[in-house]
Amino acid sequence: MEFGLSQEQVLLQDSITRYLKDQVPLDKVRAVAEDPGLDQSVWHGLTELGLAGLIIPEAHGGVGLGLLEAVVVGETLGYHVTPGPFLSTAVIAPSLLIAAGQTDRLADIAAGRYRVGVALSEAVGARLDAGMTVSDGRLTGKALFALDASADAYIVNGPNRQLYWVDAKDPGFTRALLTTIDKTRTLCELKLDQVDATLLTDDPAVLQAGLDAGRIVQASDSLGAAQCMLDQAVAYAGQREQFNRVIASFQAVKHLCAEMASQLEPCRALIWYGGHALSEGDGSARLTVCHAKAHLSEVAQFVARTSTEVHGGMGFTDLVGLHYWFKRIGANRQLLGSPEGLREEAARIQMLVA
Amino acid sequence: MNTGFSGQGISMLTPVLLELGTEAQKQQFIRKTIHGELIWCQGYSEPGAGSDLASLTTKAELDGDEWVINGQKIWTSTAQISDWIFCLVRTEPEAPKHLGISFLLFEMNTPGIEVRPLVDMTGAANFNEVFFTDVRVPKDQIVGQRGQGWQVANAILGHERGSLAPPDAAMSRLNGVIRLMQQETIGGERAIDNPVFRDRLMRLQGRVMAMQYNDMRLLSARINKNQDTKLAGMVVKLIGTELRHEIECLGIDVLGEIGLSYGDNPYLRGNGSWQYQYMYFLGLIIGGGTSQIQKNIISERGLGMPKEPKLAASGA
Repeated sequence: MEFGLSQEQVLLQDSITRYLKDQVPLDKVRAVAEDPGLDQSVWHGLTELGLAGLIIPEAHGGVGLGLLEAVVVGETLGYHVTPGPFLSTAVIAPSLLIAAGQTDRLADIAAGRYRVGVALSEAVGARLDAGMTVSDGRLTGKALFALDASADAYIVNGPNRQLYWVDAKDPGFTRALLTTIDKTRTLCELKLDQVDATLLTDDPAVLQAGLDAGRIVQASDSLGAAQCMLDQAVAYAGQREQFNRVIASFQAVKHLCAEMASQLEPCRALIWYGGHALSEGDGSARLTVCHAKAHLSEVAQFVARTSTEVHGGMGFTDLVGLHYWFKRIGANRQLLGSPEGLREEAARIQMLVA
Repeated sequence: MNTGFSGQGISMLTPVLLELGTEAQKQQFIRKTIHGELIWCQGYSEPGAGSDLASLTTKAELDGDEWVINGQKIWTSTAQISDWIFCLVRTEPEAPKHLGISFLLFEMNTPGIEVRPLVDMTGAANFNEVFFTDVRVPKDQIVGQRGQGWQVANAILGHERGSLAPPDAAMSRLNGVIRLMQQETIGGERAIDNPVFRDRLMRLQGRVMAMQYNDMRLLSARINKNQDTKLAGMVVKLIGTELRHEIECLGIDVLGEIGLSYGDNPYLRGNGSWQYQYMYFLGLIIGGGTSQIQKNIISERGLGMPKEPKLAASGA
């Protein structure tokens, strides 16, 4: 057994990195932040690299890779604060459909013909008056913080952790973009009024599979984003001069960078193992995923504020754009389970909660 | 608790002898060391040479076929039970400080060596002071060349950094905290049922888990040399000792007032190991290269940041 990335996985990461450096630089990210609809052009390019079908089996037109590869890709997208619906369309939705045995829509997803959003927030922790009721195969209600405000269809959490498929073109379907701190990915509120809904599954394990896949990839997104913030801090400190020397030569600055690196580097192995364990159906997978997302939320938050500090006043400006990473990390922390909630879940998995 | 026995000879000296020792030294020491027949101590730090180890002043002068050693070492764990010492001494007083050091091996029963136990905050003497007065050592008991001792020492410190804070031991202690939290009640409530304690526990568990997988990555990279794990290895001592300190701290905190018990207190839990280890690991945060020195190393060798500029010579 080898504990590390294979040559193929490194090549996958390299090819996406090349594409993103070339086609989705920070200026493009800024453009999408101004006009969220532009994320489709980014997503179109990524689907041509096969990302939409990354974890979809080859028999259904996908690339047939596992969640470890999704983790590797997620890290790369986080590093470049790449806009678009990778998490929802390429990770959570296919994971849910595969776990539910509903394979007929996978080929369209893999081909990039569909963007599938997911509305699972109410399963993680319902807020306000959100929630769905079902009658005669029709869904009515509200879902908050659904992932992807431009999706063609949504997988919606219904009563008792049932999952439904709804089409965004249904006459009873309305949605409103929710402005968030993170402008690289879009969230919306769904309002459904007697929307025609297809029941995908009533097995709660399916929802869990989707959440687990989403959480580990989100953790990898935070890892990538934090790594980029660390790299930017080291680079900036190596150029910025004060007191007639680069600030990277001051221990006060070096130690901040060392603290970021030493907290971040061990996360890499944790994330890899989480993705691998989920794909292999390892018994420890759920515990690892809870810890991975909770731990990455804490470490990335530390890196986000510390890197910004190393940049001094410039880190606070829009001009440098460091805030795109800062906000991406912040959004990842809040979505699909807070660190506190995930740690409580980790305790529950180990039967430590009375 | 004695971590020196396995730590010094087997995990620190043996790798260096394999890399830099003569064939005769390998034959003489390695087998006996890994069989536990030879116990070693490490003579590095001195009262005036801690983080700035290369400023050490214990000197060895050649007199015929023998080195004559005079000076003092400190923080020498297991010196009182060791058969041999691997020791840094200054042999080239005229050379720049990093180039004047040699790495000698000698027996602890050589005349002129005095070991004085150093009682630390735990109440035990985990370390010693070692005094050398005209200690005579055969000339060939040197590893590497004269003046190369600094490079030899650095090769060993690389081995030490990882071995001071193994993640599996941390997980074992954490599981001990879980059992403690399930047994101990304060005001009728089990500690494990207190959500604040439980969150602290889970937070530590996630951090230890990351270090365990990091360790597997390092192990795997020893076989597959293509994997770049330089940074992953450098952080183990810094993160691992801090983590242990915090785990032991939680063990004390969940005990409430019983947590302040020590020594012969009849209410002591776990033989006082939570309190003892909490203090002992503060010692390890400082020893073996302080956390601050680790951060210098990580930033300079791991992240490529420049060294702090040297102050201009003041003439002092």
